[in-house]
Amino acid sequence: MKPPADRGSLALGAYVYAVLAFIIVPLVIVIPMSFSQNDYLAFPPSGFTLKWYSEYFDSRQWRAATWLSVQVALLTALCASVIGTAATYAMIRGRSRLVTAFQILLIGPIIVPHIALAVGLYLFFQTIGLSGTIPGFVLAHTVLTLPFVVFTMAAALAKVDANLEAAAMSCGATRFQAFRLVTLPLVLPSLASSALFAFIISFDEPVVSFFLSGVRQKTLPRRMFEDIEQNLTPVIPAIATLLIVLSILILLGAHVLRSRSVTR
Amino acid sequence: MTEARRSHFWHSDGRRLSGLSTLLLLLPFFAIIAFVFVYPILQLLVISILEPHPTLENYARVVENPVHMRVLMRTLWTATLVTALSVVLGFPVAYYMSRAKGTVAALVAVCVILPLWSSVLVRTAAWSFLFQRNGLINSALMALGLTSQPFKLLYTQSAVVIAMTHVLLPFMILPIYGALRSIPDDYGRAAAVLGATRLRTFLEVILPLSLPGVVSGSLLVFLTALGFFITPALLGSPQEMMISTLVSKQIREVLDWPFAAALVGVLTVFVTLLAIIFSKTLRFDRLMGNAS
Repeated sequence: MKPPADRGSLALGAYVYAVLAFIIVPLVIVIPMSFSQNDYLAFPPSGFTLKWYSEYFDSRQWRAATWLSVQVALLTALCASVIGTAATYAMIRGRSRLVTAFQILLIGPIIVPHIALAVGLYLFFQTIGLSGTIPGFVLAHTVLTLPFVVFTMAAALAKVDANLEAAAMSCGATRFQAFRLVTLPLVLPSLASSALFAFIISFDEPVVSFFLSGVRQKTLPRRMFEDIEQNLTPVIPAIATLLIVLSILILLGAHVLRSRSVTR
Repeated sequence: MTEARRSHFWHSDGRRLSGLSTLLLLLPFFAIIAFVFVYPILQLLVISILEPHPTLENYARVVENPVHMRVLMRTLWTATLVTALSVVLGFPVAYYMSRAKGTVAALVAVCVILPLWSSVLVRTAAWSFLFQRNGLINSALMALGLTSQPFKLLYTQSAVVIAMTHVLLPFMILPIYGALRSIPDDYGRAAAVLGATRLRTFLEVILPLSLPGVVSGSLLVFLTALGFFITPALLGSPQEMMISTLVSKQIREVLDWPFAAALVGVLTVFVTLLAIIFSKTLRFDRLMGNAS
């Protein structure tokens, strides 16, 4: 049954598309700007050039920042998905009174403002020499991404019948074999998509990176922050375009994984 | 401890892990949260009340200095405004999304979810292009003949409010969408059968049932907005700081750690208290697309 297209629904539709334009236009506006020949960021963009992209790829500083962020994000995705999956599995299959503590601590990093954690870690990591190091960034980003891994894995693990592992164990499998051969393959798509999300959160994380970056060790978001703050060069739209493409690829990847998932 | 309990600690049965394995699996999680989250925050709170000597002076400086008080008020006001704007802009989108089907639904979902997973810096940079003297907004206003002089948009509090609303809007839309989706279609039909107009059905059935989503989204946006750093730092005026930019200044320029710690203390305690009070309504798992 289709509702009649009266004036009210038309007005609602118009309003909704205006809001969607407000959401999406500022995001895509950087794409034409990144190909503009203007040396200053005037609108409308004119001509077509790839020089801002080559400026980004040729710059030693931009490359170093990108490479640092890639390493940190890969390690964060690995740490967060392993630690998060282990903890979620224990929470769902285990017996422990720590579950309440687990739930409270889990939402901590979402609730507490990132600026508070950033400042706390800045002080703490300086005293133990982790400031501006890869392990320092990875530890901080793992804490920030763990809640997202746990939410995803909790939804996936809850759908795997506990009797499947029990059956495997009654056929002689150890607990670890039962997990590795029965449960893990079933939740693998969710595990992969939580790793993807951990990667992109870490790769784009600006606040903690801002405070933990040293003079030489700067993540990509920190370099971008400085560029936007100081001179706003036309390299920024080029990098922004690349980052949007990366986000789209990550979301597509997660979508494919979701549609393949047995436990969805 | 009973005999059965003790044996559960050491041995697992087919369906349940032993207590020991549970502990071992949870250990890395608790270790990293304790070491990289709880400790650094507690250390700041301790500094705020113990340095230079056991005192509440640092907190007194936050509330007694009119400049700092104005920063707190501006932060509260900005967060309130951003939350209100997000409800007004977000609710109709969530409602439309919950009714849409097929390609339209997918398109709307992409528009809401893609920004959520793209860099805050990208979105903030985009606004600083738009707000520039010769940016799109000023060019458009001048081309339309609405103004002859470009407006000063960048480095104003309005720029901060608009850009923060843009960044936080998905956090409002998704919880409302989740609440709307959980309302069975039959309710609306039942109201229609009983003779209610569509407006009355919306006001008396749909709206009240979607309120938990509105409250949850509002809290999420409000709490995040209070501590927002990147957008005020890049688009705001240095004369109109928010609490996060003031903290950053104290640490990077003034090097006044005890005072910065007290500011962080005020923010963290306030946000945590609000989260505890409303812990029943905050549904974080909705954000991960379980509802979408």
